[in-house]
Amino acid sequence: MIGGLFIYNHKGEVLISRVYRDDIGRNAVDAFRVNVIHARQQVRSPVTNIARTSFFHVKRSNIWLAVVTKQNVNAAMVFEFLYKMCDVMASYFGKISEENIKNNFVLIYELLDEILDFGYPQNSETGSLKTFITQQGIKGQHQTKEEQSQITSQVTGQIGWRREGIKYRRNELFLDVLESVNLLMSPQGQVLSAHVSGRVVMKSYLSGMPECKFGMNDKIIIDKAGKGGVTNEAGKSTSGKQSIAIDDCTFNQCVRLSKFDSERSISFIPPDGEYELMRYRTTKDIILPFRVIPLVREVGRTKLEVKVVIKSNFKPSLLAQKIEVRIPTPLNTSGVQVICMKGKAKYKASENAIVWKIKRMAGMKESQISAEIELLPTNDKKKWARPPISMNFEVPFAPSGLKVRYLKVFESKLNYSDHDVIKWVRYIGRSGIYETRC
Amino acid sequence: MTDSKYFTTTKKGEIFELKAELNSDKKEKKKEAVKKVIASMTVGKDVSALFPDVVNCMQTDNLELKKLVYLYLMNYAKSQPDMAIMAVNTFVKDCEDANPLIRALAVRTMGCIRVDKITEYLCEPLRKCLKDEDPYVRKTAAVCVAKLHDINAQLVEDQGFLDTLKDLISDSNPMVVANAVAALSEIAESHPNSNLLDLNPQSINKLLTALNECTEWGQIFILDCLANYTPRDDRESQSICERVTPRLSHANSAVVLSAVKVLMKFMEMLPKDLDYYSTLLKKLAPPLVTLLSAEPELQYVALRNINLIVQKRPEILKHEMKVFFVKYNDPIYVKLEKLDIMIRLASQANIAQVLAELKEYATEVDVDFVRKAVRAIGRCAIKVEQSAERCVSTLLDLIQTKVNYVVQEAIVVIKDIFRKYPNKYESVIATLCENLDSLDEPEARAAMIWIVGEYAERIDNADELLESFLEGFHDESTQVQLQLLTAIVKLFLKKPTETQELVQQVLSLATQDSDNPDLRDRGYIYWRLLSTDPVAAKEVVLAEKPLISEETDLIEPTLLEELICHIGTLASVYHKPPSAFVEGSRGVMHKRLPARTGSGESTESPDVGAAGGSAPEAAPSIIPSQGDLLGDLLNLDMAPPTTSGPPPPSTGMQMGGMDLLGGGLDSLLGGDIGGSPAMGAGFGAAPAVMPASLNAPVGGGLGDLFDLGGVGMPMGAYIPPKIVWLPAMKAKGLEISGTFARRAGVIQMELILTNKAMSVMTDFAIQFNRNSFGLAPAGPLQVLTPLGPNQTIEVSLPLSTVGPVMKMDPLNNLQVAVKNNIDVFYFSCQYPISMLFVEDGKMERQVFLATWKDIPNDNESQFQIKDCHLNSDAASSKLQGSNIFTIAKRTVEGQDMLYMSIKLSNGIWVLAELRVQAGNPNYTISLKCRAPEVSQCVFQCYEAVLKN
Repeated sequence: MIGGLFIYNHKGEVLISRVYRDDIGRNAVDAFRVNVIHARQQVRSPVTNIARTSFFHVKRSNIWLAVVTKQNVNAAMVFEFLYKMCDVMASYFGKISEENIKNNFVLIYELLDEILDFGYPQNSETGSLKTFITQQGIKGQHQTKEEQSQITSQVTGQIGWRREGIKYRRNELFLDVLESVNLLMSPQGQVLSAHVSGRVVMKSYLSGMPECKFGMNDKIIIDKAGKGGVTNEAGKSTSGKQSIAIDDCTFNQCVRLSKFDSERSISFIPPDGEYELMRYRTTKDIILPFRVIPLVREVGRTKLEVKVVIKSNFKPSLLAQKIEVRIPTPLNTSGVQVICMKGKAKYKASENAIVWKIKRMAGMKESQISAEIELLPTNDKKKWARPPISMNFEVPFAPSGLKVRYLKVFESKLNYSDHDVIKWVRYIGRSGIYETRC
Repeated sequence: MTDSKYFTTTKKGEIFELKAELNSDKKEKKKEAVKKVIASMTVGKDVSALFPDVVNCMQTDNLELKKLVYLYLMNYAKSQPDMAIMAVNTFVKDCEDANPLIRALAVRTMGCIRVDKITEYLCEPLRKCLKDEDPYVRKTAAVCVAKLHDINAQLVEDQGFLDTLKDLISDSNPMVVANAVAALSEIAESHPNSNLLDLNPQSINKLLTALNECTEWGQIFILDCLANYTPRDDRESQSICERVTPRLSHANSAVVLSAVKVLMKFMEMLPKDLDYYSTLLKKLAPPLVTLLSAEPELQYVALRNINLIVQKRPEILKHEMKVFFVKYNDPIYVKLEKLDIMIRLASQANIAQVLAELKEYATEVDVDFVRKAVRAIGRCAIKVEQSAERCVSTLLDLIQTKVNYVVQEAIVVIKDIFRKYPNKYESVIATLCENLDSLDEPEARAAMIWIVGEYAERIDNADELLESFLEGFHDESTQVQLQLLTAIVKLFLKKPTETQELVQQVLSLATQDSDNPDLRDRGYIYWRLLSTDPVAAKEVVLAEKPLISEETDLIEPTLLEELICHIGTLASVYHKPPSAFVEGSRGVMHKRLPARTGSGESTESPDVGAAGGSAPEAAPSIIPSQGDLLGDLLNLDMAPPTTSGPPPPSTGMQMGGMDLLGGGLDSLLGGDIGGSPAMGAGFGAAPAVMPASLNAPVGGGLGDLFDLGGVGMPMGAYIPPKIVWLPAMKAKGLEISGTFARRAGVIQMELILTNKAMSVMTDFAIQFNRNSFGLAPAGPLQVLTPLGPNQTIEVSLPLSTVGPVMKMDPLNNLQVAVKNNIDVFYFSCQYPISMLFVEDGKMERQVFLATWKDIPNDNESQFQIKDCHLNSDAASSKLQGSNIFTIAKRTVEGQDMLYMSIKLSNGIWVLAELRVQAGNPNYTISLKCRAPEVSQCVFQCYEAVLKN
């Protein structure tokens, strides 16, 4: 199991050190500093073995978080734990920075005592942690016995993510479908790989212990429903285009997985406030909102001509926003001249790229940029690697085609029904890694 | 309020200042002081001098202050054991507190204070806390048992805490169950033989129920524990799998990977024709792909595991090539792992895409990545024949870039392509030679020299090229020196007239001026060969090379099986067994995948089911990478065993040399070297007629001296005792008993004929029905004198294997007709197939490797030989007596693995892997053969030979 956890600043100074196992000595702190933080080369692996001691690390801005162990621990668990640890800290005091860590070191020790015991991750739900780990410390003494046992039963209980007795005057629910569409395209316009990774993020302000059921246009469910319906024909005509094939999905721990496995229905008691209900991935029938057509021509040894056309490929009534096209330039660029029909384009020498920004663009439109790049003559034999042209954008629909069909809320003990809940649904499609080789 | 100021107290005399503040009356000031102490402790200052003062602050009702003091205690109690006793009272009192959070805090902290005296006081509070009414306290106490066990294992046993912990597995609270499972698993690891966890269907059921309810971390503990269980049969295995699969949709990647581990392990037990089996295979792919959209560190862990899974079950991800394409922004460690998996998944169907990608990668910036990409192109050429030409032209394009390390890497892989497809791409040699000067890495130089030597007759200035290397002979690395020596000898054999001087020069450099024993030895061997018999030298040095295998750096099957049992853990990230990086007793236990058992069979004899031929599991399908095996066998191998590519070309030839000296001359010259796999391949299900090769036995003495496989002097072949084939009752008084033997390469049927009738018998004759291996009498039955009543005669009948063939059932059934003056009698008998094992059945190691990989896994069968008390050497020499030849022996963690070959009289080759564990009387044997029907008979022979 986890033997110890250290947090360092960028210089390698220890900010937090908590040792859980006897086999980890103080020298482990230095070993990591010397061999990883101060190492001359780039980090080649997130797992390092130094003198039969294994170090796992992640970096958040300038801060290194390292887990040490001498045993054959579950490596995936260690990293999941480190990410979780970062989430917990962030929800307590915001950004993970040297200053924030120093300011909250007592709190961090207190958290580390609670979420890891003898190196075994315990409870890491911020919702329940915040009920008894506060910086007002003294609270413990003033709690009634009921309150105390309520805390412990929530921490250890089956529904550790929600406490009882939540009340809202207005029961409200916000549902965001956030997708990032990823693309790798060849210069000839062939899709080398494309996938959408999506998340369903919810903000729920519901009273009591509501039971929720979430439905979307998942092909498997709709096909199933179609079969059970009046006629097969009718089932097909409704499901036909509108359903999507989900390659895989993962759920927040509040979702009953065995129920999903057997009936493919998504039912859960939601945490209070904001949380990520599910993640999913699709690869079939993705709507690629933009197409990038690059044309790079080398004119002699000292000049490059670049022309890039972008085409928007969605309903003309919709508007894409925050469009940014990044065209890489060689390292020996001496000057760039850009002409674009729409938006603004600039050569950024520090980033070795031409950055072309367009605020808004409607569907089924086309726009173009052309640039002349002057190069300094070099005797470097190595050719320019031609990194891909990348794109950023935001569109108000889900590129995977996912649609929310329903979200039902049942709370039997309190007297509000599904109709009384105000529900908001929003779709946002963003670019993930959206690249076209040139 | 900010706490960062505590980090900045560096004044002199601060200890005194702190001391004063700690003893202050004001609560706030006290707390401030403790915070300063903790901050100093964090940055590594020694504040142990303040121990009594800090402990004095412990008696407080401020929870925050209490926790800080506890933190201090955990750090320094060990260095101040006597003082630590002062804290005991507070702990004991806190364990009785009304607030469950405080009770838990006390028991949690006490367990972390590793002082013997304190542990004694800990027992009573711990016992109470284990039975506390509050689940939060119980779950903390469960972990505390593991802590205490780590300090004083005996105490935990004496106090009966282990039983209490076992009871907690049935607790109503899932988190308590999960922590109890974690604690028990850890304790069980240090007592490998104790039946602590005592997993049985009932307890498994409890765990599976808790699995649905506990936290993500608890699910990991439970799944990891489940993975240690071995279900009784396939039905149980399937029902566990069904209940674990929903976990594949969990948001936590570690839960997913641990579930994959359980499924991969239990799948071993499911019959492959089961519908559920293929459903399960399909279910595994999507979650594995999803892991690749996690954060980069987790992607890395996932990719290392996928690398193992792809080797074990390639079918799971064979259609998912695209997701392993490298993204421009991937961290380098993710890129390198993806590349590895891409090569493993490359096939004819996707090779065009893969090549296009690899070419793209070869222009990237990172040197390691580019090298690996270039190497990957070469591996594609070797793996997918149709793509070879495109790969070669891609490599030539890359050589044109003149980027130094690209050129060198390309040359190394082109050498391998030459090995795989001889006489096909030699047109590129000219281009390669142009780059001779830019090569500065030993591996690239050695590869280039090999190419020049191998194709010396087609390179006009080969002698000049090689001579240019010779100038700095002593500055070269051993690898290059050895290669240069061989290349010049090859050149000499091909163009003897012009190069006499050169060869003498290199021989004297190698033998007289060098200190390297390998180099000297090789030099002397060549020298002697050339001076005694140039013709033989030619046959040895220029012998046809065996094929190189398609897959490289595969993990050997036993290790792979073990690593599959460790999916998700560090072992799977390092690709090493836990014993390689964990100290002490933990994790030393070797895990293995379960063997398949049919549900109908009794659990006591699982091997019976497998031996019964009910589609035995084709578990180990590969052989350790060539480099390793050869490295073990012959220290002459010039490449370090860790090279990832195929072994350097000279190895095969060098081994040819060894075999020659070892007395294997006959087989070498007999054209066996290239022919044997093909010969084996020619035999489908029904053995065709094939001239029996009754070669003289291979010369013994010298051969055995050189045989590093550890085979002793051959013993006599096993001859089964005579049994009655034809009782007198059935044959009008003629009784025939007999057996079969193989003596000096001749198969003999040894018969005893007894006349139990009252009259004299004459005119004996014998005939065989057509049979599986074409056995037929090679001469008449020699019974010259009439057989009188109650007389007995022993005759031995030589047999040939050129008779007509018909497949019999069982395979080794022989129907015989014996005639005498009275009547014709029919009987059938079974011959041990071992008498068909010919004397030249010793396969070349290289050929063995290639053949083993070549034979599809479906043809592999596994058997167990029980109660055999020979050690591996004795077994091997016993088997050799019956023409079962040990080709190589490896010892992996106490387990001897013998690789053996057998050749049947009709040319069928049978390859075997025999695993012998010291102290375990049960051997496991895997047989691979193109005609899998013979496996059963061969196995019977093994059993018969080893037990007699």
